[in-house]
Amino acid sequence: MSDIEHIAAQRILVLDGAMGTMIQRLGLQEEDFHPKGMEDHPVLLKGNNELLSLSRPDAIRTIHEQYLAAGADIVETNTFSATSIAQAEHECSHLAREMNLASARLAREACAKYTAMDPSKPRFVAGAIGPMNKTASLSPDVNDPGFRAVTFDQLVAAYKEQVEALLDGGVDILLVETIFDTLNAKAAFYAIDEVFEARNTSVPLMCSVTITDASGRTLSGQTIEAFLISMAHVPLFSMGLNCALGAAQMRPYLEVIAEQSPCRVSIYPNAGLPDQMGEYRETPEVTARLVGEFMANGWVNVVGGCCGTTPEHIAALAKEAGKYAPRVQPALV
Amino acid sequence: MSIPTYSGLEPLRIFPGSNFVNIGERTNVTGSAAFRKLIKNGNYDEAVSVARQQVENGAQVIDVNLDEGMIDGVEAMTKFLNLIAAEPDIARVPVMVDSSKFAVVEAGLKCLQGKGIANSISLKEGEAEFLRQAKIIRRLGAATVVMCFDEQGQADTYERRIAIAERVYRLLTEKAGFAPHDIIIDANILTVATGMAEHDRYAIDFIEAVRWIKQHLPGALTSGGVSNVSFSFRGNESVREAIHTAFLYHAIKAGLDMGIVNAGQIGVYDDIPKDLLEHVEDVLLARRPDATERMVTFAEQFKGAPSAEAVAAQAAWREGSVEERLKHALVHGITEFIDTDVEEARVKYVDPVLVIEGPLMAGMNVVGDLFGSGKMFLPQVVKSARVMKRAVAYLEPFMEEKKAAQVTGSLKSDAKKVLLATVKGDVHDIGKNIVGVILACNGWQVIDLGVMVQSATILKTAREMQVDIIGLSGLITPSLDEMVHVAKEMEREGFETPLLIGGATTSRVHTAVKIAPHYSKPVVHVIDASRSVPVVSNLLSDNERDRFAAEVLEEYAKVRSQYEGNQREKEYVPLAEAREKKFAIDWQAEPPVVPKSTGVFAYRNFPLAELVPYIDWTPFFMAWELAGKFPRILEDEVVGRQAKQLYDDAQKMLDRIVKEQWIQAHGVAGIWPANTVNDDDIEVYADATRTKVIGITHAMRQQSKKAPGVPYIALSDFIAPKGTPDFVGGFAVSAGHGVDERVKRFEAAHDDYSAILLKALADRLAEAFAEKLHEIVREELWGYEASPFTNEQLIKEEYQGIRPAPGYPACPDHTEKPELFRLLDATKHTGITLTEGLAMSPAAAVSGWYFAHPKSKYFGVGRITKDQVEDLALRKGESTAWMERWLGSKLGYEP
Repeated sequence: MSDIEHIAAQRILVLDGAMGTMIQRLGLQEEDFHPKGMEDHPVLLKGNNELLSLSRPDAIRTIHEQYLAAGADIVETNTFSATSIAQAEHECSHLAREMNLASARLAREACAKYTAMDPSKPRFVAGAIGPMNKTASLSPDVNDPGFRAVTFDQLVAAYKEQVEALLDGGVDILLVETIFDTLNAKAAFYAIDEVFEARNTSVPLMCSVTITDASGRTLSGQTIEAFLISMAHVPLFSMGLNCALGAAQMRPYLEVIAEQSPCRVSIYPNAGLPDQMGEYRETPEVTARLVGEFMANGWVNVVGGCCGTTPEHIAALAKEAGKYAPRVQPALV
Repeated sequence: MSIPTYSGLEPLRIFPGSNFVNIGERTNVTGSAAFRKLIKNGNYDEAVSVARQQVENGAQVIDVNLDEGMIDGVEAMTKFLNLIAAEPDIARVPVMVDSSKFAVVEAGLKCLQGKGIANSISLKEGEAEFLRQAKIIRRLGAATVVMCFDEQGQADTYERRIAIAERVYRLLTEKAGFAPHDIIIDANILTVATGMAEHDRYAIDFIEAVRWIKQHLPGALTSGGVSNVSFSFRGNESVREAIHTAFLYHAIKAGLDMGIVNAGQIGVYDDIPKDLLEHVEDVLLARRPDATERMVTFAEQFKGAPSAEAVAAQAAWREGSVEERLKHALVHGITEFIDTDVEEARVKYVDPVLVIEGPLMAGMNVVGDLFGSGKMFLPQVVKSARVMKRAVAYLEPFMEEKKAAQVTGSLKSDAKKVLLATVKGDVHDIGKNIVGVILACNGWQVIDLGVMVQSATILKTAREMQVDIIGLSGLITPSLDEMVHVAKEMEREGFETPLLIGGATTSRVHTAVKIAPHYSKPVVHVIDASRSVPVVSNLLSDNERDRFAAEVLEEYAKVRSQYEGNQREKEYVPLAEAREKKFAIDWQAEPPVVPKSTGVFAYRNFPLAELVPYIDWTPFFMAWELAGKFPRILEDEVVGRQAKQLYDDAQKMLDRIVKEQWIQAHGVAGIWPANTVNDDDIEVYADATRTKVIGITHAMRQQSKKAPGVPYIALSDFIAPKGTPDFVGGFAVSAGHGVDERVKRFEAAHDDYSAILLKALADRLAEAFAEKLHEIVREELWGYEASPFTNEQLIKEEYQGIRPAPGYPACPDHTEKPELFRLLDATKHTGITLTEGLAMSPAAAVSGWYFAHPKSKYFGVGRITKDQVEDLALRKGESTAWMERWLGSKLGYEP
């Protein structure tokens, strides 16, 4: 049993909150996003947050530390879109490996600092693996439903590059998150399995799916139950939900996962649904109360925040998490 | 997840005892010449629609095989699977990617977001290659079919089959990390009756190998391509069908889990002519050395049938005479060809009435016999009735007007007539409608007067139509009294028609004790729809009627004397004593649960999708007279298949109800400050000052004598007396709005099956809504419950607090309903109205009170004595006689 598995048996783990929201708060300018030597990049880079790990490592490190100070056990690397495919729109595909490596190291350093401060509460780095901006199950062209903007093999190749760099950077966990197309997620886990085999190593794997609306399905059309079956071949540390919905809206889907998942269960909702201005306004107290109910119900092992959540939300969640026991995994058959 | 599971957009689970999984083979170029042509010509649009048809026709998994020499397999498979991925109607089911080239299988699996099935891999090229392929399949998250093939070639004996099966099972579970249920072993279905003696045991060896695998390789599944077995008889489709049917019959018995099957080439085992079956089984089971020779000779007579393609399209039953086809359609509930067949019969018989009295009635008699002997179940019979109704509807325009009037709705122009009605004040009719269908199936003319029928209307219609039997139905307790009333009226007007009594609250005892004494002709309680047939046929038979009536009379006399005996023995305590020995709660030690909010909360158009998980299915099956607890009932040996079929139909309809918003669900809940006064009344207050009384609910208290120390409970015991602030809640929910419109449409289409199904589902949704709303109340409004419950726990009522409904055991007094409705303003918020019998309309509705105290529990009030009835009448400001009329069946004395 790894450290994190050992701790997960004792208590509910706390994941950090939104990276994007925190970056927005900093009010960074276009030049902040240009690493050294890229001052003349042909396209605008503001908003390409993964680049900040190279251009403004201080900013990213500070955000990690704010979450760690709030009580997060696990911080996610700033690598959500750090793949050659997702970076193509910024013409930064060639930087994918570097971004992952640098981001993993930043998170690693921040965690090491906090673990040293309190060795009884070790902190962990989760390598964040996002869904990509091209999907293998859906056609971007309504007139040609058979067309695909990306193939499974291309996804595997891009994910492999990311996974290798994250492992090289020293992550403790790999987290495939915000899954809205199961086939993309399958490609990510396929890549992970290949890398693990080639290196004869492994780290715990987390999987987090996104239910987009009240239909209860993923963007690619699967029900939550069908999704769980699609992922049954992956030996997961945890399975859960994040993004698109607030905790209140996630409840029915979380319940299905809590009932059927053979592994641990995670949830890191948005801070409610965005208002008309696109702002997330759910207060830390409300988020903590809603997620607290899930904890009280014995449904979850890992909690945290997605879009719109802040260190204040994580602090409130961490406080709540201390009150409840983690979900008990069903005995494996 | 130890059971086999697959997924498309939706899950597919194979439970132990699930039916054989039929894998469609029409999207398989080796199985369908038509599909091969489409693929070869690059006509992918048409090819996709073939896939859609398969799913629409019930394929649970589709097998896709594009192994055509002229095309690039990887490219074609990718293109086709990407196309069907864009069609949610198709993509909802799992895909079996079928190719002899592994590169094609791999490319196919890379297009599936769901968990599919690879078909297939084998040891043909040795262990290393086998394990390499297995690893890729596992990494892609699929299950796999493994052929019994090794380095030496195809396994063609029993011993080789099981040896390879065991070897692949070990390799996959021990070296490739496969879960046993992801292994599907295909033990090779090879062609029999080739004339070569070494092929004689091919079929029986396969069957025995399946049996061995299921016994020795735990968790593994078995499959096979069925059409291979009969290749020797190509062109002789009726013989092939018989071979497939018999082969599957034996293989499934041995444990075959799934197969690639052309559903059009499978018949009913019992329908295979005896002589043909004997020859076929001689071959399949290798029962005699000359089996093949005899089979080939015997098969000659079936040759010359139309081409293979044509026959495959039209199953063999289409070959029979028009009479046989009509019978088949009726027995199997197939409406597809009914117009064509009825038209053919009409031309043949000239008079449309003769078609009804002849072949259609003959078919329905078979249905009646099969049902009577337990070989058909209620849902099938209702489907048969749907076919019959369509047939009669087709013929109607051809009948002379007068005759049409005679025959409409009936099956025989001189048919005996049964009048059915749900009595005044009651709106429940699912059971009555089922009885109507069953009786119509058995050749009687049914005159259904619907719901809330006044006794005068019943009697008038009965007289005018000269009906032979009157059947009364009702669900709520006041209906029992209305039935007594109808019986009295029939006696007064000198009727001689037998009277049948049915419905959920009716009983043999009530019928014998309360109804039968008021009517001098036969009064019979019918416990369920299946009993209606023998009862009606006895009562209508000139030979049996008197004997049967005498038997019933004697039986009911016995019931009455037993009942009276019990009555005398039954002891009651006076109301005053019962109050003294009330159910005591220590309000200091266990104070009332203070709600987070008070007031009335309306839920208009509650999302139906959120109710579905709360459905308790067991009563649904009870409504269809399929006995057993859900979900076990789906695997029941006797009714499992029917239950599954019904459940599937229900799921399909439920899906549409939700997606297409067929019905609307409205609910309302209220929580008010309240206290008990004078032991048995609960005062409801306007606000926390508890000064203004806005309503009073009157509880009934148990009076049947109990052992010392056992309390006499009333609901008011669960609310604290004045001085300790307490609260009571109430609710009303309905999922019935919109049902009637939809039901009328079904009925107009002669589809009683769907009409009844919808009503039964609406009832379930209303109950589910009550469950859901109670949860909202417990968790949010009253807000005392944190831990969520599984549906099973909800059904078992493991949570704190109760929601007793007026008219049910804990508060049997229906007249408390108007007060509840007034407090909730329920009609405004939910559209539910109360009938004069105090039934809720629409029928799919539930209402009741909430009690939150941890000590509150369900109980039955039982019968009460006159002192309490008088007291209750006084408290409610009504006369004792009025109270006695409403409490009829709850009185412990003769008023």
